[in-house]
Amino acid sequence: MNIALILIFGTMLLALWLGVRAQRGKDMSLEQWTVAGRGFGAGLVFLLMAGEIYTTFVFLGGSGFAYGVGGPAYYMLGFGSLSFVLSYWILPPIWRFAKQHRLLSQPDFFAKKFNSPALGILVALVGVVALMPYLVLQLKGLGIIVSVASYSGLSSTQGVWIGAIVTVIYVMVSGVHGSAWTSVLKDFLVLAVAIFLGLYLPWHYYGGITPMFEAIELAKPGFLALPATGKNAVWMTSTVLLTTLGFYMWPHMFMASFTAKSEQSLRRNAYTLPIYQMMLLFVFFVGFATVLQIPGLTGPDIDLALFKISIATFDPWVVGIIGAAGVLTAIVPGSMILMAVSTLLANNVYRAIRKSSDNAEADNRHIGRVAKLAAPLVMLVGLWFTLQGGQTIVSLLLMAYSLVTQLFPALLASIMPSRPVSKAGAIVGILVGEATVAVLSVTKMTISDLIPFIPDFLKDTNVGVVALTLNVIAMLLVTAATRSGAKQDSNQLRADSIA
Amino acid sequence: MSAVRYLALVPVATVMLGPFFFNRVTPFLFGLPFLLSWMALSLAMTSVVMYIVYRFDPRNAPGYVELGE
Repeated sequence: MNIALILIFGTMLLALWLGVRAQRGKDMSLEQWTVAGRGFGAGLVFLLMAGEIYTTFVFLGGSGFAYGVGGPAYYMLGFGSLSFVLSYWILPPIWRFAKQHRLLSQPDFFAKKFNSPALGILVALVGVVALMPYLVLQLKGLGIIVSVASYSGLSSTQGVWIGAIVTVIYVMVSGVHGSAWTSVLKDFLVLAVAIFLGLYLPWHYYGGITPMFEAIELAKPGFLALPATGKNAVWMTSTVLLTTLGFYMWPHMFMASFTAKSEQSLRRNAYTLPIYQMMLLFVFFVGFATVLQIPGLTGPDIDLALFKISIATFDPWVVGIIGAAGVLTAIVPGSMILMAVSTLLANNVYRAIRKSSDNAEADNRHIGRVAKLAAPLVMLVGLWFTLQGGQTIVSLLLMAYSLVTQLFPALLASIMPSRPVSKAGAIVGILVGEATVAVLSVTKMTISDLIPFIPDFLKDTNVGVVALTLNVIAMLLVTAATRSGAKQDSNQLRADSIA
Repeated sequence: MSAVRYLALVPVATVMLGPFFFNRVTPFLFGLPFLLSWMALSLAMTSVVMYIVYRFDPRNAPGYVELGE
């Protein structure tokens, strides 16, 4: 067993210990397990939200995308800016409503807002379908990290299984408390590693950051800007828009906002999180430093850029520390995703099925047990998909983003004072949006295939925009046809609130 | 608060317009490719702008209670 592998295992065990220890002194009810009894202060809410910034998507995908495509990778900086601006106005009303009605999950919110259990089930299913690729990309990243950083001492499959077991154990025992406390360890280690690599590698290979960019510009002119076609300015701004609207639509991000003690905690994050997102620059520097040193990585292999250059540069013990940080970027966000999927299945799907089959309302203690038992089953499904292989980390996430973004129009309508959309409109809008995403993903159609007469400058628009547009049109048309329904639902909810 | 909150549109505009108007590598800005530097500055500005919005929002004052609570 080499030193790198020992460091990686040591970190996994430390994460497991922290995760399990997090439940001490707490009665792990369903509300504690999923939303920490709504008792997290600004610091822990920050860590949960920031945990979303440093996943394997950034650690491997961010550096790999910078290595593979250059300028278009900057979109990751753009959606950070816009998401945090948006969060200032959308998260507090969501938190307030969830607290008032003691809601536990994203589907609960939609079901209560629109007075429609059917909409709740639909949102739960969308959440599960969108979160699976997200879980798969964390596991895929985990496999890459363990295999490469251990100098093939362990296979990718073995690494994925070990990480999955650690994650399942502390999710079942501690729920969101485990995710929050392992986030502390993860964020310190990842920040240190990202800054070190982002500064050291350009200096080591090029004599500085600016000389690195000058060398790349000389060897590959235009690589550091956006191309004229393909992933150009139109693609970038439409992708930024889509990912911004989807950022807080992820079920686990939505539920992370429920854990806050006050709405001020959520507003404060709008100015602290952008500073944290700046660390992405260092991740990009790693990818760019690799461009001229280890050329030739293509397809899914671009995700290996960070580790390929680390192994070429450092002793095994340094690679072990980098690998340990990488493992945490997979298992901590993976734990939040796993918990969110388990909660959606138990609280919103199982509860509804049980209610309709024998007309019995399951109590929260029973639902809590079902959610904890669902965790290993969900992980097994994630493992199966992971071991099938396939796409790059960024392409997996962009597809999943298209799915969750379809919830945004209905959410926005729901937090408007007069709620101008009926429940039928919300359901049809989401269904049309998701169906469009599914068709576009399967057929690999581009926007010019769909709309042959579209002006040239719009041909590279992210196809997710088409799904979102059709979603809004369908939502408004159906609402117009069922206008009285919208008012009736709204009045009913208002009466419930007063009662 | 009413006027201050519109400041939040500034980083939104810089992010969305930057790729169209500043899609270039040189001149390097703060030692980085121009567009990368522009996007990073937009992110830094988001933090500053949202801090100003937060400070001028009466709902964040200590002891603030929402009407009807």
